[in-house]
Amino acid sequence: MNQVLGDRRAILILLGPALLMYSAVMVIPVVWSFGYALFRGNLIEGFTFVGLANFGRLVQDEQVAAAVRFTLLYTLVISTGQIVLGYSLALLYTFVLRRSSSLIRTLVFFPVVLPSVAVGLLFSRLFAVAPNSGPVVSVLDRLGVAPFDFFAAAGTAFWVIILMDLWRSMGFYGVLLYSGLIDIPTEILEAARIDGARGWRLVRSVVLPLSLPVLVSSIIFSLNASLKVFDTIVALTNGGPGSETTPITLLMFQTSFFYSSFGYGSSMAILISVMCFMVTIFIFRSSRRDLTVGGAA
Amino acid sequence: MAPTRIVTRLLHASVVVVILLAACGPSAPAPSTSTGPAPVASQAAASNGQYTGTDPQSFSLLLTTENTQVPAELQRLAAGPCAAENAALPLSVQQTPGAQIQQQIQLLASQNSLPVMFNPTQAFIVKDGALQKAGYILDIKKALTDLGVADQILPGAQAVIDQLYPGVSPTLPFQYNIEGIFYNKKIFAEHGISVPQSWDDLVAAATKLKAAGVQPFTAGGKSGWPVSRWIGAYLFRSLGGDAMAAVANKQAKLTDPGYVAAAQTIQDLGKAGLFPVGVASEDLPTAYNDLVTGKAAMEYQGTWLLANINDPAQNTVGLDQIGLLQVPVISGGKGDAGAWPTNVGSPHAINAKLYGPKVGAWLKCIVLHYADNLMTNQTAFSGFKASHPPVLAAPTPGTTPPPVPPLTVEVANDMASAKSSVLWFEALSPSAKFTSDAGANSLLLLNGSMTPLQYMTLLQNDIDNPQ
Repeated sequence: MNQVLGDRRAILILLGPALLMYSAVMVIPVVWSFGYALFRGNLIEGFTFVGLANFGRLVQDEQVAAAVRFTLLYTLVISTGQIVLGYSLALLYTFVLRRSSSLIRTLVFFPVVLPSVAVGLLFSRLFAVAPNSGPVVSVLDRLGVAPFDFFAAAGTAFWVIILMDLWRSMGFYGVLLYSGLIDIPTEILEAARIDGARGWRLVRSVVLPLSLPVLVSSIIFSLNASLKVFDTIVALTNGGPGSETTPITLLMFQTSFFYSSFGYGSSMAILISVMCFMVTIFIFRSSRRDLTVGGAA
Repeated sequence: MAPTRIVTRLLHASVVVVILLAACGPSAPAPSTSTGPAPVASQAAASNGQYTGTDPQSFSLLLTTENTQVPAELQRLAAGPCAAENAALPLSVQQTPGAQIQQQIQLLASQNSLPVMFNPTQAFIVKDGALQKAGYILDIKKALTDLGVADQILPGAQAVIDQLYPGVSPTLPFQYNIEGIFYNKKIFAEHGISVPQSWDDLVAAATKLKAAGVQPFTAGGKSGWPVSRWIGAYLFRSLGGDAMAAVANKQAKLTDPGYVAAAQTIQDLGKAGLFPVGVASEDLPTAYNDLVTGKAAMEYQGTWLLANINDPAQNTVGLDQIGLLQVPVISGGKGDAGAWPTNVGSPHAINAKLYGPKVGAWLKCIVLHYADNLMTNQTAFSGFKASHPPVLAAPTPGTTPPPVPPLTVEVANDMASAKSSVLWFEALSPSAKFTSDAGANSLLLLNGSMTPLQYMTLLQNDIDNPQ
């Protein structure tokens, strides 16, 4: 192996094609996109170099600030929900249902395979008030709650989005975390039980530290997927009412492709990339801490 | 440097890049690599000088998918009065969703591949618009003058085009609509309500209907503009027909008290519960259906609604039971009581670089025959000269044509007698973002989630900071 890695030509042959391909399909478009962020114009008239003007505007744009606030709030709520529900499901599969969990796992996982647009339409019908009342509005009506439009106010629209995305994704995180839990050696769990660890104490001091790698991976998956949320919101609310449920990804898409402002849209894309990068770094750094230190009795 | 260190550094660098990119995936989809205007097409003018380009292989159209009326009528023309033109230059229709068409038009323009006729956004074809500056937009008025059919454009329609596009004439008026409040005569009669003569009368009538358990107004709020049009309608009555032109010319701001008051008035209608509970989620067909089935008493719309009203399968209240009233005058307002909000449909431009004799022949045939064919087939109006009063086609040759529906006759008379016209709220929109924000946020205004000043400030920002 040392001989192979000591040969520059071997390094070039092994890494070259993959790096070349990766650069062509990923790095160049991203760098290209960064280049557009320094320009203003359109495909017909051409582009004019404006330096960092797009970034200056980005900082001052109230709609961008609102979209970032919405994205962060959505990410915080949805990622917390996904990880908590996913981990709870994984614990349920592993320690309660055990070998009979396959049917439940399949049922809970089922929404994951549904197309996002179909799920969006399903929930829009569930909570609809027009043209016909959906099941939720009808039930509330029977309970004496006057019909109202869930999608006409920012607060209710937000919680419908959260409910939909949790329903759609918790099965995935349940299975992901389950795969981490079943890898914990039974002997360790038995030893912990003999030592008197039960319930939350067992989870906190043994299960959680031993499943930390997959938990960290899940958190990274969840945070980054949430920061990039797009299709489900487009299908359910299209960012409305007004722009109250518009994440930064949707604003970037609208700016670039509806309003034909490619430069400004690219500057938003860079903002999203930076946000994702910072979150990833933060998670990696914080995951280095050993949870068992000072926690185990 | 040791080879192993090179490998280590390469791997470190790769990891950083992978983390950044895998974390976020591809960021903005990169637009086309083309960064400049397309090379100007050869201006191979025909020998007589009236043509600005060379004929293509087909009479190619790129229209929005939502645009169902124009392609249907042009295909009928191709099979009928324009068969000779179609034989010389076959009609070819391509449609794409409205949300994507401007991107496609830009791309095609950058490659000098625009079709003969297309649906550009207004901002591209105004005098300083990108497509105008690139020489793609045919001056329709001049072309029709050269063809000897300039008088085929109705003066009213031409006036609207002149207001929308000062200094240029870039679009064909495939529609000609006036906008007002359609109302259910039967519901009005049952509740002892006469046609409102003032804004106060209108609000009083709506309040009376609401108290009687009748839904006063309906609107396809999901589309946004059916609500924001109310703001424009009120503005043109309160501040005058040039209210939005003054904003476009920077002589006034939407945050000025008169404009904010208009938004406040529309918000008051919403807060009084005069619109349906689910107005934000109602789509246009639902709102149309509310009116023609008697579920709602009134709807602000344009005369394109005649297609629904005149359809007995949809209209269960009776063809003669729906009327159209002008937005009433406002006490102390500056608006012209006789002016109707008028539009000429979505922009339909012709590619100047493909304007040759065969395209000219098609253009001439369209302006000569489109209006009567549209009336016959869809009982709708266009901005081209038509028979007046309108006539419908006989079911079979030699038989008597069916009577023209009463509201269509009434609208034709309204159009003929209109003394002046005004535009609509978003007509002079400086950008697609303004139009989008005006519609989308009007629902928040209506339900009180946004104050009138916040709404107008948002729109003024769109004007002050065009994309």
